[in-house]
Amino acid sequence: MIRSIPAAAVTRAVAELCVKANRELPPDIVQALKQAAREEPWPTAQGTLSVLVENLSAARERCLPICQDTGLACVFIQLGQDVHIEGDLARAVDQGVRQGYEEGYLRKSVVADPLRRGNTGDNTPAALTVDLVPGDRLRLTVVPKGFGSENMSALKMLKPADGVEGVRRFVLDTVRAAGSNPCPPIILGVGIGGTFDKVALLAKHALLRPIDRPHPDPYYAALERELLEAVNGLGIGPQGFGGRTTALGVNIETMPTHVAGLPVAVNVSCHVTRRASVEI
Amino acid sequence: MEWKLTSPVDKKALAPLRAGDRVLLSGPVYTARDAAHKRLTELLDRGEPLPFPLEGSVIYYVGPTPEAPGQGIGSAGPTTSGRMDAYSPRLLDLGQPVMIGKGLRNRAVQEAIVRNGAVYLAAMGGAGALMGGCVRSARLVCWEDLGCEAVRLLEVEDLPLVVAIDSQGGNIYESGPAAYLNSLKGDN
Repeated sequence: MIRSIPAAAVTRAVAELCVKANRELPPDIVQALKQAAREEPWPTAQGTLSVLVENLSAARERCLPICQDTGLACVFIQLGQDVHIEGDLARAVDQGVRQGYEEGYLRKSVVADPLRRGNTGDNTPAALTVDLVPGDRLRLTVVPKGFGSENMSALKMLKPADGVEGVRRFVLDTVRAAGSNPCPPIILGVGIGGTFDKVALLAKHALLRPIDRPHPDPYYAALERELLEAVNGLGIGPQGFGGRTTALGVNIETMPTHVAGLPVAVNVSCHVTRRASVEI
Repeated sequence: MEWKLTSPVDKKALAPLRAGDRVLLSGPVYTARDAAHKRLTELLDRGEPLPFPLEGSVIYYVGPTPEAPGQGIGSAGPTTSGRMDAYSPRLLDLGQPVMIGKGLRNRAVQEAIVRNGAVYLAAMGGAGALMGGCVRSARLVCWEDLGCEAVRLLEVEDLPLVVAIDSQGGNIYESGPAAYLNSLKGDN
């Protein structure tokens, strides 16, 4: 049976998710931030983390975006194969971004051309990723991505001989080079495997998973813990002013790759790692 | 140490500030980020007057969110300052005493800070809702076509900041992490 979903329903959902994601962090991130504020041993860092927690309440109470960089709207759709969209899906998503960013008093941060610039004025287009999945449901996730952290992301085609040690070195080098720029405490999405293009998408997908849910494979769950500990040994600390809490979480996603390759990508995200989902 | 600072700023008031000190800033503050800095530089290249004076002025690297009805401004936290490194030394040499942003600066900016007795203050990255609450009023100065990057004049009250680079070249992004890592050695 084919199930029909009007494009207007997608537009409405995207608009609401844009506003929600920008005002309220997901529970796993809030929890991690509060826990870090309790456990941070360095006094100035502890103070900084408390201010960040306070900012979350201020945003909620005053209906303000948590951060003024309300991001480029990354939209992920898991589209059931038995769904028929009545209308143009990509246009419906852009229309949702347009409405959400206007209604929510969110900042319009998109330029029409990477070199010639020029603000599009409505935060469109979205960065849309569609995955076909079995079933007749449509799952929408909106991830408004700020560029203070996006700019610090990096990708490298390692050699197979570099192995897990090479991955560890690249992740730490990326975080060290980012320093205070991506508004630590950060969250890292790490992609390993695939191809040049797929590994970047893996890293972004890794940021969609709650940071309190480890990788299902114990090998990678252990690597996530180990990388988090190593990053928090660098001393960068909240805002780069020094301290233990440089990162709140490290998520890894992997896929098979070529015999000759070991692609790795690190998508850096700040403490305002936003995501909101709905199923239609 | 915690200091109260008012703008327009007299550089004499900046001399005692040290990296890591807290500052509460009140008074007028101009917003300018990437595109506005490019235009300021183009005006200087052509020998034309700037839309606001550099002498005494505080420039805040921020692109606030639009204000809802009844709000002075939306969220207003800092953007990454490093993208302004290409422009800042020239503006500092022309008298700009204070920059507000977040994150690392390059050597040229650090040297221009010391040469001119200026300071670089860090605002709390990602705490836009709180910082927006310190803005009493905002009005457009110029370049509305730049949208969130337009130059605005904000009137701020007790905007909480940290001295990131002081007029002697002290730098919290170096000294802060070093002090923390040193404290761990003491534990062992």
